Amino acid sequence: MSEHTHDHDHHEAEGPHVSLKEYVTGFVLAVFLTVIPFWVVMGNVFESSTTTAIVILAFALVQIIVHMVYFLHMNFHSEGGWNMLALIFTLILVFITLAGSLWVMHNLNVNMMPGMMN
Amino acid sequence: MFENLDLTKLIFGRLTWDAIPFHDPIILGTFAVVAVGGVAMLAAITRYKLWGYLWNEWFTTIDHKKIGIMYIILGLVMLLRGFADAIMMRLHQAMAFGDATGYLPPHHYDQIFTAHGVIMIFFVAMPLVTGIMNYLIPLQIGTRDVAFPFLNNFSFWMTTGGAVLMMASLFVGEFAKTGWLAYPPLSGILQSPGVGVDYYIWALQIAGVGTLLSGVNLLVTIVKMRAPGMTLMKMPVFTWTSLCTNVLIVAAFPVLTAVLGMLTMDRYLDTAFFTNDLGGNAMMYVNLIWIWGHPEVYILILPVFGIFSEIVATYSRKPLFGYTSMVYATVVITVLSYLVWLHHFFTMGSGASVNSFFGITTMIISIPTGAKIFNWLFTMFRGRIRFDVPMLWTLGFMVTFVIGGMTGVLLAVPPVDFVLHNSLFLIAHFHNVIIGGVLFGLFAGITYWFPKATGYKLDEFWGKMSFWFWLIGFYFAFMPLYVLGLMGVTRRVSHFEDQSLQIWFQIAAFGAVLIAVGIAAFIIQLVVSFKRREALKDETGDPWDGRTLEWSTSSPPPPYNFAFTPQVHDLDAWWQMKQHGFQRPESGFIPIHMPKGTWAGIVLSGISVVCGFALIWHMWLLAGVSFVGLIATAIYHTFDYDRDYYIPAEEVERIEAERTRVLANV
Repeated sequence: MSEHTHDHDHHEAEGPHVSLKEYVTGFVLAVFLTVIPFWVVMGNVFESSTTTAIVILAFALVQIIVHMVYFLHMNFHSEGGWNMLALIFTLILVFITLAGSLWVMHNLNVNMMPGMMN
Repeated sequence: MFENLDLTKLIFGRLTWDAIPFHDPIILGTFAVVAVGGVAMLAAITRYKLWGYLWNEWFTTIDHKKIGIMYIILGLVMLLRGFADAIMMRLHQAMAFGDATGYLPPHHYDQIFTAHGVIMIFFVAMPLVTGIMNYLIPLQIGTRDVAFPFLNNFSFWMTTGGAVLMMASLFVGEFAKTGWLAYPPLSGILQSPGVGVDYYIWALQIAGVGTLLSGVNLLVTIVKMRAPGMTLMKMPVFTWTSLCTNVLIVAAFPVLTAVLGMLTMDRYLDTAFFTNDLGGNAMMYVNLIWIWGHPEVYILILPVFGIFSEIVATYSRKPLFGYTSMVYATVVITVLSYLVWLHHFFTMGSGASVNSFFGITTMIISIPTGAKIFNWLFTMFRGRIRFDVPMLWTLGFMVTFVIGGMTGVLLAVPPVDFVLHNSLFLIAHFHNVIIGGVLFGLFAGITYWFPKATGYKLDEFWGKMSFWFWLIGFYFAFMPLYVLGLMGVTRRVSHFEDQSLQIWFQIAAFGAVLIAVGIAAFIIQLVVSFKRREALKDETGDPWDGRTLEWSTSSPPPPYNFAFTPQVHDLDAWWQMKQHGFQRPESGFIPIHMPKGTWAGIVLSGISVVCGFALIWHMWLLAGVSFVGLIATAIYHTFDYDRDYYIPAEEVERIEAERTRVLANV
């Protein structure tokens, strides 16, 4: 057998050790993290809609992390660190995209649509 | 709602006979030529009983080499269409002065410049770049195929599907009249109620699936499948630049998909992301599409930098100067390419602080690019340079690209950009870097690796003709645009009043004619080389005394690429193997595990095209049926477990023995 095919088999055997417990934990967490924002909106829990939006976004963020840990089995050393590297790169780009867009569009509105800012 | 159900409308949507442009002699003439040519080709394929061969050996193949070649054929075919648009524009602009209106009505002219841009970027440059990466990466890293062979076939057919839809717009309906990035509000439903923008959206979305998946595929291939001993810093430069390009593809293309998705919702579902009212903001579209658009520029140019690096090293017979700095420059460009997008719309009005930031990042990104130019110069310094055709393209690139780079830095200065924004100076600049950079690089790469792919070299004479006509034609075609841009002439104008400008447009049109000769010379080169293939034959597999692993195989390589996976000890693995008197193994072969061809790629892409066409024309019934069909076919294909086979050891031994015999006679 060639080196390459050999390598391939090796990796498959070495894949993440997935247990039912992990999936169940992840699933339960995901359900809670979905139900609570629904309750927040439908039960009119907070007075201001800004607070509601921030709370929902916070839950969404935790939700993303839960998915990555329990369903995508990411941690600091899986795939020889490549997963972590990819994650960091992704985070940087997402940050650039979001922060950059907000910054650019905010300045645009300040300069071009002063009426809109009041 | 059922009482006013209109069956015709349900089935045909807004497609009527009026959609066929019978009234336009230019399109009708084109259609006649295409139809006659197409029928003739189909007849020839049937006559020579090639359908089975094409289907089994090419359309359903998962061999990365054949898929790479198909990508390149797609790119070259679309180049002809894109160039036809270009020369029509050049001739029209050279004529349309004062009382003369030129020969293109404005609505047709607008479609042509949009189609030209879309085709050249998405269906010429992208397939050519992807094709070369597809062909070379597995060979350069010493593996047998890409990580996901079926996905590779699927990606190719999705790209082709997008191209088919794009071409269909020429004869059925119309194409977008919005410019190649389809900015709203012009591309919104109020200003563009026709099917043009919908053709644009669905052609790009379907092709985008292919691009994204091929990016994932090649990325995983490079990360996971390198030959033993090939650490990251021992990878060939082309593989390095491809790695960075595919990272960019994976990170950037979802943004394009999302932006076009929002535009689609604005057009189909009355949402208000980019509208003028209801709180929409058209500038957000511009902002987001350039977050994809600027990395896209580097997606195109980085692999080409890799191609030039390989060529310069080989033809100077020296190792590449500053390999490490080359790698770091590439990585720096990869990250910085995400920090410059606003320089495409300085004039939007974000103010001085925002514009200064993006102006400075843009100037910074020219530093690693400049470092690369110096690395190539130092590689050539005191080398024994052979001026073969790929090297000519490389030298032409270095001169031309530096000029384009300098006008780019000029445009990066925001106050200057306010003067030159959307002028022909900008057009001259980006053609300067895309033709002088990407296209020259692709021609260099095609010429360089052609013997590897086909087993015979390209004819020198016609290659040189093509090069000189392209180079001189480029300068004639685009230097006048710099002048016009400085005089304040804007892009996308179909008629001029000022007669004194006409001479410049006539010079540019002359340049376009020279480029046409260059393209013709390239086609003649392919034909002549095919006819002289016995004389131009490459039996060694290493016609240029190359340095990287692809040259260690036969030309063309066997289906399995390497009978034994090579062991890599050094950068320039093949050069090092040659220096140490490498002996090919001639016995001890074992069966080789290979993936099987599959029908699924071409079928899924075909259904996607039907679905896209139905969505464009609002044929809701057909759209629904084809979408369900698409999902069902994809699921059905996952139950196909018969996906691999073994090449028996005797077959490997036979192929390798034949190679030994050929090598002994060289």
